[in-house]
Amino acid sequence: MALRIGSGSAWWGDRLEPAKLNAEQGDLDYLCFETMAEATISAAQVRKRRDPSFPGYDTYLDDRMSRVLPGCLKRGTKIVSNQGWINPEGASERVVHWLRELGAPKGIKVAAVNGSLITDTVLDHADTLMEDGRPASALKGSIVSAEAYMGAEPIVQALKDGAQIVITGRVADPSIFMAPMMHEYGWDALDHARVGHGNGIGHLLECGAQVTGGYFCDPGFKDVPDPWDLAFPIAEVESDGSAVISKVKNTGGAINIRTVKEQLFYEVHDPANYITPDVVVDFTTTDLEEIGHDRVRVTNISGKPRTPTLKVSIACHEGFIGEDMFFYAGPGALRRAELAKKILEERFKIVNLKAEDVRVDFVGLNAIHAGVSPKDQPEPYEIAVRVAARTKTREEAMKIGREIDGMAVSGVAMTGKRVPHQDRTREIIGVWSSLVAREAIKPVITMYES
Amino acid sequence: MRVKLQHAAHVRSGDKGNTSNITVIAYEPDLYPILKDQLTADKFKAFYAGIVTGKVTRYEVDKLGVLNFVAEGALGGGVSRSLSLDNYGKALSAAVLGFELDVPEKLGNLLVNFRTPSA
Repeated sequence: MALRIGSGSAWWGDRLEPAKLNAEQGDLDYLCFETMAEATISAAQVRKRRDPSFPGYDTYLDDRMSRVLPGCLKRGTKIVSNQGWINPEGASERVVHWLRELGAPKGIKVAAVNGSLITDTVLDHADTLMEDGRPASALKGSIVSAEAYMGAEPIVQALKDGAQIVITGRVADPSIFMAPMMHEYGWDALDHARVGHGNGIGHLLECGAQVTGGYFCDPGFKDVPDPWDLAFPIAEVESDGSAVISKVKNTGGAINIRTVKEQLFYEVHDPANYITPDVVVDFTTTDLEEIGHDRVRVTNISGKPRTPTLKVSIACHEGFIGEDMFFYAGPGALRRAELAKKILEERFKIVNLKAEDVRVDFVGLNAIHAGVSPKDQPEPYEIAVRVAARTKTREEAMKIGREIDGMAVSGVAMTGKRVPHQDRTREIIGVWSSLVAREAIKPVITMYES
Repeated sequence: MRVKLQHAAHVRSGDKGNTSNITVIAYEPDLYPILKDQLTADKFKAFYAGIVTGKVTRYEVDKLGVLNFVAEGALGGGVSRSLSLDNYGKALSAAVLGFELDVPEKLGNLLVNFRTPSA
């Protein structure tokens, strides 16, 4: 019998229903959640500082757990999730709360895996920044948060210790989905062939619907049935790490060679050397076979020995962005937008805007593909003029909104403008990467019981 | 005949820091050598001039008919610093669908959603 591992989320804002569906109808051994982007932890730190009552874990923890726990308890499905963010212990206590609320039996173990946050000590361990080669110490004084990407091992330990639910801080995305394979099949952490295959399958699951037809449909080229009703994927994993990617029957979306290929290389740089904390994955040897409706068999992903280091994300205060937009429509819309741009450029000189960079886009013409946008397109009927600037201080960033307000009555004919209803500045939390020795990271497991 | 890449391949983009990777996947194995021959790293970089400021590396996965372009300096400093409306660069891959390829007439039947002008 293959091990059945299902996806519950690909990020914090992901849909809730497909996780419930997987819990109830996926016949799963494990349901795994990925809930972070690169900047999620630093955003949580910033919010915690502004609002001490913010608990620091996934703000959808209650929504996700209350939906999936009944199905998981019924089937005995275990849960692995990185919803703990900066407070895995608090998240675990909240899960225990839900277990009791739902009348679960006493004695169900929930493990909090912490240890990825190294904000206070990162400069003792990190050497150079991967982006520009500067010493990490250059960030001193601006660091908001630093966290290492842990691998699967502490999750495996928590499962060995009897946890039915494991809640972690930062763990590398594929490792969350691979830890159950390591635990159930008893793979050694240094068995790079199996761990490599397992991590590759984890990579296919970590983005949820991106392998079941999400982020894929392109009408006329790649059509997907019922794309409003996508199911999250399930991997049926064998003891060697090979797997069939599938989903609950009678749901929307599609799993085929094309969806699997797109996800296989998503956010991968060198396909022969995809570095995770557990292993270096080589995707170039992969074989894919459609073996049935919405069923793709994935075999022969390779693995190479893991690196001696772990990646650390270091988030820093870096200034502010001011941003706003206004609109033109009808004949001559582009001509008026171009004059508005010229007026703003002159105004920025008059108010002495001190910005590191300013960008003025014509949304509907060139905002997304900039210089690649075709020059000879017909004039658009509508144009939004969008202005954004990066500045050192909030006061400078606020000048963008102020100058756009001026366009309401002192600008070009027939300017469409929104009433300013919100702060049009935001703080930049820049993310830098570095490497630390594995030994610098000490996972801490705390066990709770229902 | 000269056709847009969108008929020969599908694409997906991903982001890491200030680097975008754009994966170009041949719809059919016989179309892959054409992509490999014509969509070089240099041509890719020239095509994305104005967006990609750094080095472009092309990785080839012959077994799956896949080219993976890793474009440095493509995301205006990265998600949190970018002044772009599409700050993850999720829509960047769509541009390369407009890249023009020379495809032999005899492979025309492999192209997706494509009719030759005379047909």
